[in-house]
Parts: sequence; C-alpha cells; structure tokens
Amino acid sequence: MNFNAVWTIYIFEMRRFFRTMTQSIVSPVLSTSLYFVVFGTAIGSRIQEVEGTSYGAFIVPGLIMLTVMTQATSNASFGIYFPKFIGTIYELLSAPVSFLEIVAGYVGAAATKAMFIGVIILITSFFFVDISIAHPLAMVAFLTLTCISFALLGFIIGIWAGNFEQLQLIPLLVITPLVFLGGSFYSISMLPPIWQSITLFNPVVYLISGFRWSFFGTADVSIGLSLFAIALFTGACLAFIWWIFKTGWRIRQ
Amino acid sequence: MPAIVSVQNLRKAYAGGFEALKSVNLDIEDGEILALLGPNGAGKTTLISTICGITVPTSGSITVGGHDTQTDFRAARKLIGLVPQEINLEPFETVFNTVSFSRGLFGKPRDEAKVEAILKQLSLHDKKDNKIMMLSGGMKRRVLIAKALAHEPQVLFLDEPTAGVDVELRKDMWDVVAGLKASGVTIILTTHYIEEAEAIADRIGVISKGEILLVQDKADLMAQMGRKQIQIELAQAVDDIPDALKSYALERADDGLSLIYSYDTTGERTGITTLLNDLQKTGLQMKDLQTRQSSLEDIFVDLVKETA
Repeated sequence: MNFNAVWTIYIFEMRRFFRTMTQSIVSPVLSTSLYFVVFGTAIGSRIQEVEGTSYGAFIVPGLIMLTVMTQATSNASFGIYFPKFIGTIYELLSAPVSFLEIVAGYVGAAATKAMFIGVIILITSFFFVDISIAHPLAMVAFLTLTCISFALLGFIIGIWAGNFEQLQLIPLLVITPLVFLGGSFYSISMLPPIWQSITLFNPVVYLISGFRWSFFGTADVSIGLSLFAIALFTGACLAFIWWIFKTGWRIRQ
Repeated sequence: MPAIVSVQNLRKAYAGGFEALKSVNLDIEDGEILALLGPNGAGKTTLISTICGITVPTSGSITVGGHDTQTDFRAARKLIGLVPQEINLEPFETVFNTVSFSRGLFGKPRDEAKVEAILKQLSLHDKKDNKIMMLSGGMKRRVLIAKALAHEPQVLFLDEPTAGVDVELRKDMWDVVAGLKASGVTIILTTHYIEEAEAIADRIGVISKGEILLVQDKADLMAQMGRKQIQIELAQAVDDIPDALKSYALERADDGLSLIYSYDTTGERTGITTLLNDLQKTGLQMKDLQTRQSSLEDIFVDLVKETA
C-alpha cells in the first residue's frame, strides 16, 4: 500500500478546498438559513409537529443530507474530472499507485469536505431550532457513510463525464430530485398510500430515514433496512469503480 | 551494459483496429541517452505511454529494472519519470506544491530539501512559490521535468521536450539532459529534430508506422554520414565499368551516364586523385563532377520512405 500517495492526493485535494474556504462555508450556511426561513418559519408555523418533533427541527437531518449528498458528489466528480480535463491524469496513471489508493485519496478528500459542510449546517441549525441528537454515534456513522458513498458516486461521474455539462447532469437530474422526493422535508407517512409504496424505490429515503432516526429516534423505515440500503449502495459504487480501473474505462486506453 | 528497459514483442492495437505498435523490440541500456526519431504518428508517444503504464499493451512484455510493468507495476513505475509532450499542469498550484505532489504520489516521503535541490537544478528555485499559471511556457516545461525527477527516478522519458521551444531554451534543455546523464539517469527522448538527436544522444532509434527500423550507436551513424560520394557525369553512356576502373567499386547510374564513387572522408587517402587520373587514361570524357554527403536526415528519410 502506497500510503504516501494516498496522503499526498488527500492533502492536495483538501488544499483546493481551503483555498476557497470562504465560499465553501458561506454558501451552505446561507442556503441552510434560507431553508430555515422558508420551510421552518413560513411553512413550519402551519405544520407545527411531525411525529412529535417541531417541523423546524424535523427538517434539519434532511437539510444536512441534501447538502452533504450534493457536496460529496460534486466535490468528488470535480476532483477526478479536473485532472482529466487539464491532462494531469497522466501522472496518476503512470504512478506506482493502485486504483484503491487513487479512490481513497480523492473520495476521502471529497467525503471530508462534505462532512465538514454537514457539521457547519448542523451548527447553523442550532441557531434556528431547538434540537437534540438521540444517537450521536449513529448520527456520525450515517453521516460518514453517506459522505463516502456519494463521494464514490461522484468519482464515477467524474470518470464518466466528457465535459462540464455532463459533470452537472447527474447531480441535477438524478440526485437533487431523489433527495427532494426522499423525505428531506416531510415524513413519508404524510403521503398517500400509493406514493408511499413508490417512494420506497428511492434509495435516498433509507439514508434520510436512518439519519433522522439518529436525531429523533423515529424513522420511516427500519434502521436495519437503512443500513442495508446504504451498504448496498456503497458496495455497488465500489464494484463499479473496481470495474473502471480493471478495464481502464474512459481513462486508460 | 545491462538493459534497464527491455521491450519484447510489444504490440498495441486500438479498439478501432489501428495498430499503433507492431511487435516492437527494444533494449535500453543503463545510463545511456537514447533518441527516438520518427515522423508524426509513428508510435513514439504510444511506445512511451505503454512503458510508463498510461496505455495498456495488447500483447508483449516490458520490464524496467527487471520488473514487469504489468505484474510488478509498483516496482517498475517507481524507477520511471515521465515528461509528457503536452504541458499538463494544475494552473492554480504553486511550483513547490506541484513538485512535492509528484514526489508523494510516487511513494516517497515528503522532503523539502530534496524538492528544493531539484528546483535549483532546473533553475526554478526563485519561482518556487509562484503559481504555475504565472510562468512562461519554457518555465512550465521545466516544472514538468522537475515533477518527473521529484521521486529520483533511474529512467527518464522525455516526450518531445523541445517541441515549440525557442533555440536558446532548447540549448538549455540539452544542458539539463547532459547534467542528468552525468548523475546516472538513463534518458529516452523522442524528437522530430535530427540535430537534437545528434547533439545529445548516445544511440539513435528510428521508428515509423509502429515499427523500430533501426537502433544504432550515434558514432556509427556519424561514420555513415562521414561517407561522401562523387558523381562523375560522362559525355557518353558506358555499358559496363571499364576494367581499368574496376578496383574502385564504382556504381553505374543514370543508364551508364554517371559513375558514382563513395569514399570515407575520415580516411587518410580518399583515392580521388588516382581515380580521376585512371579515368583520364580510359579516354572517357567527363561532363561534370559533383560531390554530396549523406546526412542523418537522408538516412532517416530513406528509412521512413521504405516503409511507406
């Protein structure tokens, strides 16, 4: 294992993040605040409570998930797409590193950045709502797993993308709708029965449900199922990345 | 000398069927400078990319320092530094960080003193905190070399290091290459410029259409270049070389209207005077006389044309 290489990639990627530190923090804080104003205050004043939790607090886990998933995906996809775009990928391909090490460096950095932003949103939410975390360890575990799995997905998108439009395509067309429809801002039990069944095909439902459980102890689906779903998703991403490096798809001719 | 890089029956065919390399065999000796000459699309870059692991070979094997580049890629790649043809650099990073990144990627622990020494060697030290995008084209090329040297490789591939570089910088680059050779690094460079191969290489390889046509000592090639020819144009065509001139190894050309005499300029006696005297004795009338020298360029063009 070339740990020096993993660490080098990780630090190099994190440096990019810290170079744009202000933007990295200001934009999620601003957008979270806007969500609290719109959903929490304006709509929340009419909804009152969901499953025994005030609506403002109820949306916190969903909000964090929404941002973390988008950030992890876009950071990782950009991280590996950029060397492809500017041509510095030649160095990664000619270096004594395995696919696992490249993935660990890029995905590790993207997941760390997403995690960092997730924590900032959590801190921001303390200013708006009264919130307590029932299962802090589970919360951290869910957050970490989500960051890693979506960073893996982002890595795949970055390898696949042939231009900047494609880089935005999947986050915009797939992830955002799935997250919005995955119960970020509502409980699935609030939907008509037919939509409740359809929603169960949305993998994001399981992640948000599990994450919300770690806050409030209540969930749309069982916690075991949530864990299984996230493990399945992570495994699928890893398998696909393994295949990419095995075949050299889109990177090595 | 032992071969540090050994390429055996290397073949590379792309998905569309294009065969970029056709059964290439090449041994690169430890410590030498090998120049690979070839026209555009000859397979120079494909050959280098395949040795360095960027391109996957269709068949054949490559060893670097005795390590197979497929089965033992870590050990093989650690020995190799690659300077690509295109200037591919992260524009927003500083010179120092970019070079340090390369060192770490190749598994070496962080070593600021080492990186600084490499930057000094390439006259980049005063630019070490500059962002790459602030550098001139020539400086960027130096950064590429610094990156390739950051992990102290034993074999350095330079893919057209002086393409689009002005004369002065080209001479600078040659000095850098000479310095690296002195420090024991084996260097393989591809080039379009024959004068470049002449100036710095120990051996010269010619590649065309995916095949290595020749790999020869530069000194031997220069000896070939040292051969000169005299073309004697005659007033009347001869059917055969006259007996009196048979000892000169003349060639008939232009349907007997010319006789060609090849001689070695480095020899003490060229034999020209006696040939001309003997020619006069045969009574043949000479219309014109011209000399010409074969150059590496001629050899190169002939070789490449033969395979066309």
